[in-house]
Order: sequence, then C-alpha cells, then structure tokens
Amino acid sequence: MEHHRIIDHVPALRRYARVLTGDAWAADDLVQDTLERACRKWLLWRTGSNLRAWLFTLMHHLYLNQRRGALPSPTLDIDTLHEGLAAPPSGTDDALDLERCLLRLPAEQRAVLLLVALEDMPYADAARVLQIPVGTVMSRLARARVRLRELMEPATQAAAPPTALRRLK
Amino acid sequence: MHDSTPRPINDNDLHALADGRLAPQHAQALRERLGAEDTERLAAWELQRERLRTLHAGMAQEPLPEPLRSTAARLQERQDRQTLLWRWGGMAASVLLAFGLGWTLHGQWPPGHTGSATPLASAQRFAQQAAVAHAVYQPEQRHPVEVAAAQQEHLVQWLSKRLGRSLTLPVLTAQGFELVGGRLLPGENGARAQFMYQNAAGQRITLYLGALDGADTGETAFRLHADGPVPAFYWLDQGFGYALSGPLAREALLALATAVHQQL
Repeated sequence: MEHHRIIDHVPALRRYARVLTGDAWAADDLVQDTLERACRKWLLWRTGSNLRAWLFTLMHHLYLNQRRGALPSPTLDIDTLHEGLAAPPSGTDDALDLERCLLRLPAEQRAVLLLVALEDMPYADAARVLQIPVGTVMSRLARARVRLRELMEPATQAAAPPTALRRLK
Repeated sequence: MHDSTPRPINDNDLHALADGRLAPQHAQALRERLGAEDTERLAAWELQRERLRTLHAGMAQEPLPEPLRSTAARLQERQDRQTLLWRWGGMAASVLLAFGLGWTLHGQWPPGHTGSATPLASAQRFAQQAAVAHAVYQPEQRHPVEVAAAQQEHLVQWLSKRLGRSLTLPVLTAQGFELVGGRLLPGENGARAQFMYQNAAGQRITLYLGALDGADTGETAFRLHADGPVPAFYWLDQGFGYALSGPLAREALLALATAVHQQL
C-alpha cells in the first residue's frame, strides 16, 4: 500500500532537503515552505495521483527559486569550506566526506542523483519532479555518478584499502 | 528477448542495474553479458548508491519539528476534503469542485457585481472567448502567432507591458509541448494574450490570459469549460483569468493546466 498521509512523506522530504542543501536549518525551512505552498495549491493535487512526486515537485520549484534569488557565492563558500574541513584526519567520517563531495556537484546533477539513489525514485518520477525529459535525467545521472566518483577517489584511497571501487588493471 | 544478437550494453543499462530498476531475470541476463570494465563501473555505482542511502538515514525515526508537524496536519485536512469531493464527483469532479468551492472557499468568489455580470458568469465567458480564440488561430499555418518563439524575450516583454503585469512563459517541454509563440488579443476589460504550444504530433494548445473583473482575490480551482469548440480548463489567480484550451482528453489537458499553474 502506498503512503497516502502527508505526514508519512515529511521525513523523506527533510532528509532529501538536508542532503541537497547541506544545511539542517535551510532544509527544514525548505520543507516548511513546501508544505505551506502545498496548502495553497492543494486544489491541484488529484486524489490517487502520486503524492510523493507532487510534494517533491513543489519543493524542487522552491529550491530553484531560492537558488535564483541567492547570490552566486554559496558555491565558492562550499569550496572554501571544503578546504577548511579537509584538516581533520582523513577517513574519520565517511558520511561527512560523501556529503562534502556531493555539495561540489552542480546542483542539477545532485538533485537527480539524490532522487534516484537516496529516494529510490523511478526515472520517470524524477523527470516529473524536475520537469525535465527522462533523457536529461539519464545524462545528468551519468555525469553525477562519474563526477562523484572522481571526487571521492582521493578520500577513498587515503582511507581503507580500496576493494571493489578501484581495481587497477 | 530471444534475440540471437543482443543489442550492445549502454550506460542506461548500467544505471538501471545499479538502481535495481530491472526485472530480476532481465537483470541477471544483463549482468552475465557485462565486460570487465562495465562490471567494475557497475560495482562502483552500486557502492556509491549504497553509501548515499545511508546518509542521514536516522532522520526517518527522528521526531518532526512542531511547525512541520502542524503544517502537515493542515495540509492533510485540505487533502481529505478534496478526496471527499473527488469521491462524490468521480469524473465530473472538476464541475463538482467548482460548486463545492462556492461553499468551501466562499470568500474567493466575491459576491456578484450588479446585474448579470457575476464573476462566475464572466469567468465562463472568459473561457468561451479562450476556446474561440483557440479555434480561430490554431489552424493557421502561416501566421499562427504574431511573435514567434525565437523572439521569446521580446514576446514576454511586449505582452507583459500590454497586459500590465510581468508574465512568465510556462515551459511545457517535459509534457512534449514546445512554444510556437504568442499574440495580443482584445478582451472585455482590455488586452489579453494568447500563447500557443505544439507537440511533435502537431497538436496545438493555447494559453489565454488577461485581467478579469471580479477575480481580484485569491485563486480558484480548475473548471472545465466543455461547451466551446475545444475543451478548456480555466482558473482565476490574483485578478487574472487563465484558460488552457486544446483538442485533448480531459486528463491530458488537466495535467498540462496543472503544469502551467505550477509555473505561474
């Protein structure tokens, strides 16, 4: 049975927003705005249609609007942040590493990868949420996976002996 | 399935494998055909996916902050009400919703002006005008629009100026419709605009918009106007009327109207 209660979707929205924005406060603000907007636009939701995709679509719109409104500096900030955070001994926290690398992906690639992998969303649903053709979902997904792997590699090599990830010929 | 020469494996196959999007049998067959390089790439992507799925996994169990919880509850109430309306109305829901709204969102349709010019009547007339404008310009081969999509920026600036409001052009590419262009039309209370879109099959839809008397508060639900030359879904939002017309099935037209509304 699919989830039909709004509240069932909120934890997933929060988590996705958390990883997408890289900031717990910004994430909860984004989810709050999404729910508020859904309250105003609830007439557009049709019973039986995909509630999860609809909520994610609204959230994605708001996220894009926020980014458009914001100064272009956050990208720079993240990079400097990355430099600053690189100081702690490597391999202390794999998850932190992964999050940091994710934030260095272009936002549109990050969104696709997170919807598909973190949210386990079918490609067609991700296309609907992001309002792009499925072909674009696939090409962004490919770029995101390749790029994330490149970004992760130095970290992985520094940590545990690479097993499946890197096998030299 | 029983091809003697299976097609070469591409990147999308690897993604579908990594994301578990294939039927087990199909996936197994594909895995057996992978070369060393593809196998290695697939393993890396699978590992990547697994690690992504562990990120903030604990948030599923965390209690929700109170503001989120209460907003979600508010939304739930509205959704339940709508579900009820849909159940009663079935396929005629858009019509029922229109009347149901008179009760739910009483204030949103301000009490009628004088005489017969109630907002509802003028909105219906608006939808009729939209459908007629669609029928007039849709068959045009040489001059379907005044300003073509190639001059999109100019089109938006021009019509924004004439309609006295900054307009946004909805993008319907994901739904398979490309912008053809737009034109200026006369309406009851001044200028109106029509944007035309076309899909690969050559089907054309038009978005008709402009200021409308009595539409000055809030927004309304979609209503279906089925009596015109083509069906149209129309709605009011902050003083403007919008109508999307096209020779499509209701469901398809409603989906497009939803996409338009979300972008406005």
